[in-house]
Amino acid sequence: MSKILLHGTEAICEGAIRNGCRAFFGYPITPQNEVPEYMSAVMPKIGGVFVQAESEVAAINMVYGAGGAGVRAMTSSSSPGISLKQEGISYIACARIPCVVVNIMRAGPGLGGILPAQGDYFQATKGGGHGDYHLLVLAPSSVQEACDFTYRAFDLADKYRVPVMILADGMIGQLMEPVELPPMRALSDIPKKDWATDGGYGENRRVLNSLIIKPEELEPHVNEMQRTYDEIAANEKMCEKFMTDDAEIVITAYGTVARICKSAAKTLRKQGIKAGVIRPITLYPFPSEAYEEAANGAKAFLTVELSLGQMVEDVRLSVNGKKPVYFYGRTGGNVMDEEEIVQAAKDALAKAELAKEV
Amino acid sequence: MIRILLAGQGGQGVLSAGKMLAESGLWEGKEVSYLPAYGPEMRGGTANCSVIISDEEIASPLCNNPDVLIAMNGPSFHKFAPRVRSGGIVIVNGSLSDCYAGRDDISVYDIAANDIAMQAGDIRSANNVILGALCQITHIVKDKSIINCLNEKFVGKPALMEINARAFELGKAAVESGGER
Repeated sequence: MSKILLHGTEAICEGAIRNGCRAFFGYPITPQNEVPEYMSAVMPKIGGVFVQAESEVAAINMVYGAGGAGVRAMTSSSSPGISLKQEGISYIACARIPCVVVNIMRAGPGLGGILPAQGDYFQATKGGGHGDYHLLVLAPSSVQEACDFTYRAFDLADKYRVPVMILADGMIGQLMEPVELPPMRALSDIPKKDWATDGGYGENRRVLNSLIIKPEELEPHVNEMQRTYDEIAANEKMCEKFMTDDAEIVITAYGTVARICKSAAKTLRKQGIKAGVIRPITLYPFPSEAYEEAANGAKAFLTVELSLGQMVEDVRLSVNGKKPVYFYGRTGGNVMDEEEIVQAAKDALAKAELAKEV
Repeated sequence: MIRILLAGQGGQGVLSAGKMLAESGLWEGKEVSYLPAYGPEMRGGTANCSVIISDEEIASPLCNNPDVLIAMNGPSFHKFAPRVRSGGIVIVNGSLSDCYAGRDDISVYDIAANDIAMQAGDIRSANNVILGALCQITHIVKDKSIINCLNEKFVGKPALMEINARAFELGKAAVESGGER
């Protein structure tokens, strides 16, 4: 199949639709309005459901219901809207309902601004809602990945019965790039769900609930959830390594920022500094092994984010004190350019050298 | 790889021209990216987008120091001309802007796009005049690719197709007749 030019938001929709998503619930917010716009046009044509809900809270609870009935359901929003959805996400996680939540991050905190940012890393990976739960978090860095990861997200969600989040910055949403779309998957091809409350009269009664009031029942339930997260951590960690084999400075970033870092790494190599890039693809589970491995050869790490330092904590945990980890970030919707990263990498190396002498 | 920044006023077809360029590049099997700036703008506000066309995978989609700047009006010319890479090219819509960049390490082409577009039959084709000039100067994509993309957009509107094709040709000719300052 040939490639077509698509917006990141449209690619997300196509990835969802082509893997059986037949229910979308959303509420408008920049910079992801093209997702509900696209879904509102396509869903009615393919026998799906589109609802522009009265609020983000309503939208996520509609996903709770549709997902519980066994339909592949999705909602999308941007940072402040995702904050509003947190209660619902926690309920969905506890009731073990698969679904996909898309967050096209904008600059925060508060209502913030509408330009790209990555300030929701903590919220996405450490549990933005209450209680012991996790989302499986995928971070695309190109329009093709926005499509492919959303496609894959539905399979992962069903396999583990967990909510999966697509965490992308505003640039991914607006960027247009060539995309090769996956073929449309037949609904009959999607595995049946033996737990869904889909009106199976005469069968055993099925209940999906997030209220488990007896402590002797809740603890095993949460432990069972934790076992699933352990399984996910064992099977699903993903990252991309770019010229890390002989790297003295390992730059690390996710999403579109990682692409700017790759440009910077190439420039650094031209200047005689061996630079490499680790790009986590799954943010939860975090691909810690890649860092442990890189820590053997590297002199220093530099984490680059569109935030004031969130993923850097996971990088530090993974490197585990073996090598110094430095940070460079921008916020407010400003995106760093290649030169800033090149300079930050040189500074990091110099600081690491100094730290060794002391 | 060539990084192009297109800037102007909302309604001048800046984003459309950028999309057309990216699509033409895709047509030719090249790697492309198109990144619009999406500030909280209203009609008549500023509009700009970055287009990258490359033979290799595109790492950063940003275009802070473009190789080519297309400025459809005065404010965008003066805002972005200082950012053009040394040795780069600026194509400025001379109908709505002066062409004094205040630096001599870039080539500035003065194309009176609005006037030429009216000559072609519709002032709204000013963006295609500029695309014609761009193709003539840089040969970044083939003329045929742009024309094919334009015709695809205006299918069923032969009169507009003709105007666009004429605007494109006049844009090319304007470079030949000494647009460079």
